[in-house]
Amino acid sequence: MAFLEISRLEKSFGPLHVVRDFNLDIEQGEFVSLLGPSGCGKTTVLRMVAGFETPNHGAIRIEGRDMVRQRPNQRKIGMVFQAYALFPNLTVAQNVGFGLKVAGVPRREAADRVAEMLALIGLPDLGGRYPFQLSGGQQQRVALARALAVRPRVLLLDEPLSALDAKIRVSLRTEIRAIQQRLAITTIFVTHDQEEALSISDRIVVMNGGIAEQVGTPFQIYNHPTTKFVANFVGTLNTLPAEVVDPSAGIVRVGGQTIRLPESLERAAGTRIGLALRPEALHLGTAEGREVVLPATISDVQFLGSVIRVRAETQGASVALDTFNRADVPPPQVGSPAQISFSARDVIVLEH
Amino acid sequence: MRSAKLWSWIALAAGMLYFFLPLIGMFEFSLRARRGEYSFDAYANVLADPRFRETFGYSVLMALFTIAFGILLVVPTVFWVRLKLPRWRPFIEFITLLPLVIPPIVIVFGYIRLYNTSSWLPLTGSAMGTNLLLMFGYTMLALPYMYRAVDTGLRTIDVQTLTEAAQSLGAGWITILSRLILPNVLVAVLSGAFLTFAIVIGEFVLAALLNRPAFGPYMVWMGSNKAYEPAALAVIAFGVTWVCMGLIQLVTRLSKHTRAQHR
Repeated sequence: MAFLEISRLEKSFGPLHVVRDFNLDIEQGEFVSLLGPSGCGKTTVLRMVAGFETPNHGAIRIEGRDMVRQRPNQRKIGMVFQAYALFPNLTVAQNVGFGLKVAGVPRREAADRVAEMLALIGLPDLGGRYPFQLSGGQQQRVALARALAVRPRVLLLDEPLSALDAKIRVSLRTEIRAIQQRLAITTIFVTHDQEEALSISDRIVVMNGGIAEQVGTPFQIYNHPTTKFVANFVGTLNTLPAEVVDPSAGIVRVGGQTIRLPESLERAAGTRIGLALRPEALHLGTAEGREVVLPATISDVQFLGSVIRVRAETQGASVALDTFNRADVPPPQVGSPAQISFSARDVIVLEH
Repeated sequence: MRSAKLWSWIALAAGMLYFFLPLIGMFEFSLRARRGEYSFDAYANVLADPRFRETFGYSVLMALFTIAFGILLVVPTVFWVRLKLPRWRPFIEFITLLPLVIPPIVIVFGYIRLYNTSSWLPLTGSAMGTNLLLMFGYTMLALPYMYRAVDTGLRTIDVQTLTEAAQSLGAGWITILSRLILPNVLVAVLSGAFLTFAIVIGEFVLAALLNRPAFGPYMVWMGSNKAYEPAALAVIAFGVTWVCMGLIQLVTRLSKHTRAQHR
């Protein structure tokens, strides 16, 4: 039995079906991200776990006990909001200690816990300040400390980094992950940012239209997306036009060459399909182990420092690929002819 | 440019004259109780009158009860409407504005008809019951101001997210209202409270028709029976109102955390 079980969860707002048959088991201490575009139902799932929305159907169990009937303030679930939601009339220390005071924790014990929490988030000296005297990143760290101070069973993070600057976003997400691992607290993280989800999660749930499209580790999600939506939403995807030759053997023709894909295809011979490839699976020029070589024309070059992002036209499609920058090799010229190579093993075959 | 400025000064001066001339005249008149010289005799007479102290004390007490009852009624209502019934807001707002268009005389006759000694709830049968009725009436007269003030105060904070944050930390409704909502709208509540105070101190119709010994009826009685004292009384009443206004300004500036709301 998993620590947190969500089974057959359904939620509608009027005629709008926001969450459909959502199932997820989370182990104790696991960090799971709900990833998806806005309106995919990820926040609604989180709010149902917190108790702010009531599901139309389904169960949410923590350690085997159903939570659906319990009020939000009985669930012992910590939550961090996108808008920080610090209490403006209380100091940082009073904010962090709010839940402890509500729970009736003795004053000295509460003060110790507050100090411990402020040390944990690296702001030990700011207890006397008011929220308006803090930066956005500091406020969100205080919100995290406030949620953790009451030792919740589950921590919910509702796009906690979206309102912050790019640099603070990266440093704070690393910090959140470190704190989560140190406390081994079961965490659900909602985000629409794939990089965030990929970098800090144990597992990712990619959601679309109220459905969990795929559940897996970041490695699985990125390298083996099972649906077209997941493949497109997570990372960049190139599509090359191809024609099915022998579906059972997985043989297709692309640019006059026949290649054998790692899997068989469920399409009739002669159907035109798209071959999906990650930018890092494509190589500029020829290389050993990349048996498919296609002629191409360079259409755009972006110098990004350590990486050069190249766009090239081939077989009537525009593809993106990355090459590492090397000081002794000048970047390719726009309009010049080139060769693109890849391995049939790297082609992602999508279910639909 | 220069002439525009000149004209605005002239307009300001005319406005000041319009407002202050009657006041100055009244103040001057109130000092003339002694023949041939200025004195504060009228003020001394007023302050020495035991009925002044009784009625003023009664009205202050009524004002305090009205404020307390108004806060208990309005703050949770505004909070709940903002949180759970946002669609009802225009409707509730309309109801709170009704006291501005319905004359108090209508209200008080309604009260007397509904709660007279032969009714199902004979509130007018005892002094305490009538006091209670008067307090309800005052609360209603102050409702437009109190509701507006608190509603504006709540607009400056994210009620829903703060409530949810408090709930996830284990807080119940009473804790949320007393430790979060009320402190955050305290400035608004206080400005509503001072307006309520000013209304209750000067109110005549409800108190007179319910026959309670309030300050308003006393002022009217004084006006019809004395010469200089009513002017002195009016100056005192103005003073009380202005002190209330000054206090509103003061508490608005004093609150420490309000800057956070204006980020």
